[in-house]
Amino acid sequence: MSTAKPGETPLLAGDRGTVGTAVPARSRGTGLDEVRGTSEGASPPSPPAQDCSIVTRGLTKRFRGGQVAVDDLHLAVPRGSVFGFLGPNGSGKTTTIRMLLGLVTPTSGGCEVLGEELPGGLGAALPRVGAVVEGPAFYPYLSGAANLRRFDAADPAADRRTAPDRIGAALDRVGLSAAAGKRYRAYSLGMRQRLAIAAALLRPRDLLILDEPTNGLDPQGTREVRALVREIAADGTTVFVSSHLLAEVEQMCTHIAVMRTGRLVAQGPLAELRGGAAPRIRIETPDAARAAAVLGRLGLAAVRAGEGEASAEPGEVPTERICAELVGDGVAVRGLAVQRPSLEDVFVRLTGEGFDVDG
Amino acid sequence: MSTVEARAGAEIVTGGPGGPAGPGAARAAVPRDAGRRVRGNTWRLLGSEVGLTFRRPRNLVMLAVLALVPAVIGVVLRTVSAGGAEGDAGAIIGAVAGNGMLLAFVSLFVLVPLLLPVAVAVVAGDAIAGEASLGTLRYLLAAPAGRTRLLAVKYVNAVVFGLAATAVVAASALVTGFALFPIGPVTLLSGSTIPVAEGMLRVLIAVAYVGAGMAALSALALAVSTLTEAPIGAIAGTVVFVILTQVLSTIPQLAVIEPYLLTSYLPRFDGALRDPVATEEMTRGLLAFAAHIAVCGSFAWARFHSRDVTS
Ligand SMILES: Nc1ncnc2c1ncn2[C@@H]1O[C@H](COP(=O)(O)OP(=O)(O)O)[C@@H](O)[C@H]1O
Ligand SMILES: [Mg+2]
Repeated sequence: MSTAKPGETPLLAGDRGTVGTAVPARSRGTGLDEVRGTSEGASPPSPPAQDCSIVTRGLTKRFRGGQVAVDDLHLAVPRGSVFGFLGPNGSGKTTTIRMLLGLVTPTSGGCEVLGEELPGGLGAALPRVGAVVEGPAFYPYLSGAANLRRFDAADPAADRRTAPDRIGAALDRVGLSAAAGKRYRAYSLGMRQRLAIAAALLRPRDLLILDEPTNGLDPQGTREVRALVREIAADGTTVFVSSHLLAEVEQMCTHIAVMRTGRLVAQGPLAELRGGAAPRIRIETPDAARAAAVLGRLGLAAVRAGEGEASAEPGEVPTERICAELVGDGVAVRGLAVQRPSLEDVFVRLTGEGFDVDG
Repeated sequence: MSTVEARAGAEIVTGGPGGPAGPGAARAAVPRDAGRRVRGNTWRLLGSEVGLTFRRPRNLVMLAVLALVPAVIGVVLRTVSAGGAEGDAGAIIGAVAGNGMLLAFVSLFVLVPLLLPVAVAVVAGDAIAGEASLGTLRYLLAAPAGRTRLLAVKYVNAVVFGLAATAVVAASALVTGFALFPIGPVTLLSGSTIPVAEGMLRVLIAVAYVGAGMAALSALALAVSTLTEAPIGAIAGTVVFVILTQVLSTIPQLAVIEPYLLTSYLPRFDGALRDPVATEEMTRGLLAFAAHIAVCGSFAWARFHSRDVTS
């Protein structure tokens, strides 16, 4: 029970009922809020705004020159979630994050961060938000620790007396203690990325916004960031993390939203997204046609026979029964596997096109 | 995959996502007043800004050059005065050779038209554009530094630097003057003589006046700085403005615009060398500086507030 804290148990237990009712309301059809081209786009279903760390309503940004970077975006990021904001390069993720942080003024629409309506509530919301936006940016002639001191000084809610301890802890958390006194100019890309995360962790946060936090990291660094995100989420912090890598989001997020050319394609809890697509049973056999016939006889849906294999959705039928029937019918079973579809399959099915992660 | 599902399951039990956790429930780790401003936070940011400015090698080099110029002028005057000179130059040389304190005024006359404005333009022009080009502007604003607060701190920092640069010139000139020339009662431009202590006061008045002029120039450079993401552009723009206005003011046909040019008022620090001090003329200069600060400051504020930070 990673997120439970001893003192919170009663309150959290009380939440359970509401979650139970909220999920079915949200899980019509595929369990995914398909917002593209539907009237639902104007008023996305639950969760209610007061339970969200981020809510956007029709958020739109048209840059000078006519480029529409974000188009009528309705996001609802539940409090306590690890929310994956997925989309190929240029799909508007960074622009959305800039609007959430008050760096860019929306052309139309509005957003709410930690219950504060922007832009008026920026001063109240942002001290509780840690952010990495479009990669690290620091003063090259300052050390890592001096850079953190600088950004801590910029935060009007940060106490200078506790700064040395907090800076030390943040550096320690991202594994940069040894390089604290080194000039930023001499940092490797991975170290820079980690320093940016350390800057976001200078104070306890209610919301952490990470824009492509694993860009430029090696596989080991990527794993470390994922572990860090889980750890932070376990403290009760909502994490909003953008990525163009589907696999990465799949590994650390509880919820996801998918962007494509500035428009939201889908959003919802990861478990529901995956649950929406039925698993398939695949039988490797030279007698594909006969195997398909058996599967059909058992009442399996979406039976397909192909070259050297047959497949179907097993539904409620136990795998061992399917296996026994096949063998009993004399089908030469060379291999048998139950496969849950990957998120990628889900997106292909939902959007009718491949998810080209590299834009 | 299994870990993700385990986590998703845990979420439902704890009610983390989507749960109507009342205020404080999911926020147990973060105190309710986590967003409250601490006292003296703006002073801390100003301290950080000033520390950054006065530790930056580039700025230190500029201050060193500004300190070097009066020393060089002093040495040259000392050498030349030994040989004897005539005309206007001779008068200046004679004055300084007679009293080292006047080297402060001579140095300001040499540095105020270009070098001092350049140093100030480098710091003030870099203020916003430099942060934008590094990308640190987005992190400062996300911290959140606050746009008005950040702009005010940047401006005060530039003013502090301008005053420090002027003071460095005067201090270096006084040290050189004391070392190379005799010190005694000062003969003013009007011909009367004042004691050493009052002479020092006159130097302070001149430094304060030039400092105010540099504050006005800082406001202009800051305004230019909000327009661009290239600090070199903001710096060059300000310097070009300073040179161009001084060239224009030498053209007789353009005399009508002279009262509106910032640079027309900068050399008026010589009012401190008159007897009595030319308060009326210097006050007019200070009012012109104040007007520039008001106009450029408002422009910078309006521009910075509406600017999309996309760097
Ligand atoms: N300052 C800008 N001016 C004009 N167009 C921009 C600007 N910033 C981003 N864009 C455009 O907006 C779109 C979305 O960009 P971005 O939000 O950076 O996408 P992502 O972060 O998903 O890669 C892109 O097509 C990009 O070219
Ligand atoms: Mg991006």
